[in-house]
Amino acid sequence: MNTRAIRAVIRKDLKVVTQSKGVMIPLIIVPVMLLVAMPALTALLPMFTDTSSFRLTELDAFIEQMPAGLQAELAGYDELQRIVALVVIYEFAPMYLMVPLMVASVIAADSFAGEKERKTLEALIYTPTTDQELFVAKLLSAWLPAMAVALIGFVLYGVTANVAAWPIMGRLFFPHVMWLVLVTWVAPAVAGLGLSTMVLVSARAQTFQEAYQIGGAIVLPMLLLVVGQATGVMYFSTGLVFVLGLALWAVDVALIRLGRRAFQRETVLIQL
Amino acid sequence: MPTISISNVRKAFGDVQALDGISFEVNSGEVFGLLGHNGAGKTTTVRLLNGVLFPSHGQARVLGLDPTTDGPALRRRTGVLTETPSLDERLTARDNLLIYADLYDVPPSKLGRRVDEMLEQFELTDRADDKVGAYSKGMKQRLALARALLHRPEILFLDEPTAGLDPVVARQVHDLITRLSRREGRTVLLCTHNLVEAQQLCDRVAVLEHGRLVALGAPDELARGLVHRLPVEFEVAPDETAAALAALQTLDTNALARRDGRLTAQLDRDAIPVTVEVLLQAGVHIYRVNPQQPTLEDVYFTLHRKENGV
Repeated sequence: MNTRAIRAVIRKDLKVVTQSKGVMIPLIIVPVMLLVAMPALTALLPMFTDTSSFRLTELDAFIEQMPAGLQAELAGYDELQRIVALVVIYEFAPMYLMVPLMVASVIAADSFAGEKERKTLEALIYTPTTDQELFVAKLLSAWLPAMAVALIGFVLYGVTANVAAWPIMGRLFFPHVMWLVLVTWVAPAVAGLGLSTMVLVSARAQTFQEAYQIGGAIVLPMLLLVVGQATGVMYFSTGLVFVLGLALWAVDVALIRLGRRAFQRETVLIQL
Repeated sequence: MPTISISNVRKAFGDVQALDGISFEVNSGEVFGLLGHNGAGKTTTVRLLNGVLFPSHGQARVLGLDPTTDGPALRRRTGVLTETPSLDERLTARDNLLIYADLYDVPPSKLGRRVDEMLEQFELTDRADDKVGAYSKGMKQRLALARALLHRPEILFLDEPTAGLDPVVARQVHDLITRLSRREGRTVLLCTHNLVEAQQLCDRVAVLEHGRLVALGAPDELARGLVHRLPVEFEVAPDETAAALAALQTLDTNALARRDGRLTAQLDRDAIPVTVEVLLQAGVHIYRVNPQQPTLEDVYFTLHRKENGV
C-alpha cells in the first residue's frame, strides 16, 4: 500500500469538503444540536419546571418494564435525577449514533459522487495509485472525520451533561460504561455503514445531492432504534450495544466488499 | 524498441465497438497525433495505453510495460492531460500541485521547489494561492498541463490540449509541446480535432474513424499518398483567361476562372504536364503554374469521404 498516496487523497478530500458550505453546515449544526443543545436542555429543564407536573407514575411504569439490571442502575437516583439519567444515558444513546452516520454519509457522498459531479475523478484515475489504494483512501477520508466528530461529540456531550445537570445530580454521572462501548465499538461501525452505503449509491448517482438523497435512507434503521428506545420496545444496555455493533460490523464488511467490487477504474471511467 | 506499441487492439462497451483492431507504434521523442471525430476512439486509446481501461482483445506495450498488468508502474512514468482539466476548483493551484506531487511520488525533498518551478513555468506564480474556481479557462488548462508534467513523465498524453483556448495561449501550448519533444526528447501523444495543429506539431499521425485506423504516417506522406487531385493555380495573360478556361474545360477537371488571368483547376498531379500542353496548344501564354500542397485537412476529409462512401 502506497500510504503517501492514500494520505494525499485523504488530505485532498478533506480540504475540498471543508471548502463547501453546503457540506460543512450540516456537519456542524447536527452534532451541536444533538450532542450539546439536547443534553443541556434535558439537564436544565427539570430546574425550571414544576416537577409536580411530571407524570412520574408513568416514568415509574416505564422503568418497571426495563430489564432488572437497568432498573438497578437507576435505583440509586432520586426522581429528578432518574429523569436526567434515563434520558441522557439511555434515551439519547441511539441519537448519538446519528452523528457518525451523518458525517460519514455526507463526506462519502461528496468524495465519491461529488467528485464525479465536479469532473475531478479522471485525473485521480490516471495517477499511479492502485484501485485498492484509491478505494481505501476514499473510505478513510469519510471514516476518519466521522470518528473525529463522534469522539469530540462524545466528550462535548459528557461535559455538557455533567455541567448542566450538576445542580440536580451533584456528581459526575457520565460517561456510562455502555457509552464507552457505543463510542469505541458501535460508532465506528455506524460510520462504516454510512460510508459503505454511500459508496454503493454513488456508483449510480451522478451528483452529490442525488447520492445524499438516496443514501439518506440509511438513517431509517437508526431512527427505528431511537423510536424503539423511546417507546420501550427495546432498551439499550451494554450487552445489547455490543451485539448491535457486531451486527453492524458484519453488514459493513458485506457492503464494503460489494463497494470494492464496484469501485474499479474501468467501471468508474465508463460512468463519467 | 518503440516507446508505444499497440497491436490489433479491440475494445467494446456493450454493443458499441469503440476500437476495432487498431495497431501502431510510436517512437521515442516523437510527437504522434491521433486524429478523428468525437467517438472515433482517441480517448479510449489513451485510457488503454495508461492501463485504466482494458482491451477486449489485442495487446499494448508502453515503455516496455503491459498496461493491463503494470498500470501503476506505468502511470508513474506517464503524464495525462485529460479533455476537461479535472482540477479541484475548491482548492488553490498550489494545493492541487502539492497533492498530485504526493500522488506521483515526487521526492519530498524536491516537492516544494518542483511545484514552484511548475507555477513559474506556466506563469501562475502570482495566482498560486487563489482558488482554481476563479481561474480563466486558459489558466486552468495551464495548471492542468503543469500537473501533467509535475513528475517529469517520459510520455505525455495530451487530449485536446488547445480546445477552447485563445490563440495566444494555444501558441504557448504548441511551443511547450515542441520544446518537450525537440529539446527534452519526451514522447508526446496528441489527440486533436485541430488539423492545423496536428500538421504543425506532429511527426506522424494516425487517423481513426469509428474505432478503426484508416491512415498512418507523416502528414506530408499521407498527403502525397492519399490526396491525388490538387488545386492547381495557373496564371495566364489576362486577355486570354476565357480561352484558357475553355481549354481547361475540355479536360477532366472543374476549372474556375478568377480576375487578372488567374485560374484554378482540380487536377491529378500526373495530369499537370498534359494540361500545360493543352493550354499552350490553345495559344495561351502561361506565366505561372502553382500546384498547391495538400494539407492534413485535405487528407482527413478525403479519408472521411471514403469511409462514409461520399
